[in-house]
Amino acid sequence: MRNRVIICEASEIIANGLAEIIDSMAQFDVVSRIDSPDRLSERITSSDANLLIIDPSMLGFQNKDFLFQIGKEHPQLILIALVTSYLDHASLTPYNGIIEINDTKAKIIGKMNEFAQSDNARKNDDVELSKRETDVLVAVAKGMMNKEIADLMNISIHTVISHRKNITRKTGIKSVSGLTVYALLNNLINESELI
Amino acid sequence: MAKKKPHFSKDLKLAELLAKDRRLLQLLPRFGIELGFGDRCIDEVCRMNNVSADLFLIICGIYSDDDFRPSPAEIQRIDMSGLLSYLKASHRYYLDDRFPHLEEHFQRIIEACGSKYGPMLSHFYDEYKREVMRHIQYYEEEVVFPYIEELHEGKRDNSYKINEFRHNHTNIQDTLDDMMNILLKYLPGDILPKERIEISLDIMELSDDLNRHSLIEDHLLIPYVESLENNLP
Repeated sequence: MRNRVIICEASEIIANGLAEIIDSMAQFDVVSRIDSPDRLSERITSSDANLLIIDPSMLGFQNKDFLFQIGKEHPQLILIALVTSYLDHASLTPYNGIIEINDTKAKIIGKMNEFAQSDNARKNDDVELSKRETDVLVAVAKGMMNKEIADLMNISIHTVISHRKNITRKTGIKSVSGLTVYALLNNLINESELI
Repeated sequence: MAKKKPHFSKDLKLAELLAKDRRLLQLLPRFGIELGFGDRCIDEVCRMNNVSADLFLIICGIYSDDDFRPSPAEIQRIDMSGLLSYLKASHRYYLDDRFPHLEEHFQRIIEACGSKYGPMLSHFYDEYKREVMRHIQYYEEEVVFPYIEELHEGKRDNSYKINEFRHNHTNIQDTLDDMMNILLKYLPGDILPKERIEISLDIMELSDDLNRHSLIEDHLLIPYVESLENNLP
């Protein structure tokens, strides 16, 4: 499978230089180049990208929340930091990998191959909610009963219960009111959807 | 294997007992034991405060050792008349002291969350409070305790059995765990981190206390009331 790369970087020199290196690799296509993180999530969806290279300094202080949200919406996305200036180490924790401004071409190629092989989907499986689990969580947060959820999603009550067990295992939250807070904090629902 | 004897004996100095497990300090006001006990031993301090030293030691045993279970013979033998007032005093401590304290902290966090997360956190807290109230005030104080008092008077109410009371306490602790997860894992990091750490430590302590309170209800209150039920004609 070819990897579809989005580059989000304000400097045209850096963005073009990096795009040239990546385009020279057989397994990678740069499908989109943007100079600001505005509407990033939509751009990822419309270009069907599986790899995002982004300069963390563009995100400012809300770095983590923003990336968390992007990660939620695109669970398969591999997230790479393009580090062009000094950054504190903690701000790099949400990323799957790092490319630095002074990396050589050979090093960047080596890293890109490594990133593409890191199985992001599998890594997420242990902690991130699956699409189905997220749907169940949203229904629970809205106050629906297991039977109603089963009917709505066309699955058995048994399956609903097993999803709910997984949700509790992954989030560490058992009560319905706690799950509602979790869903709101992660923007899975908004206040107006609650009864 | 359940241990038969409490770890502590009546001739131990109360001060030494408290040095062995400082959490037992919380039990003193629940028994109505006054401070200023000097170097007196447990037996003497209990007598001065009209507390059964046997009951005090059994509760200290359950409180400081998760595996400790009083034997049925022991439960039959000792004077349990102080048990209900101990449990009621514990409830007062949770309702009048701990929860308002928690609420005060939580309120500050709710305010700091602003209009985005504030209302739902406030809703979460209210739900939690309602659950605690339902459990402690309505259920235990209005159903279980009056039932036990009737048994003491030799009356039998066939519509209720103490066995229904088992496993009733889990909900309060589950929600406390949820509260901690939300505070530590899910609220944005920049909202009152110092306050959140403080309140989390308080929650851990309260959760531990409630756990032991449940153990006392499960391993002392329920077997005791069952023996009352069985002994009625």
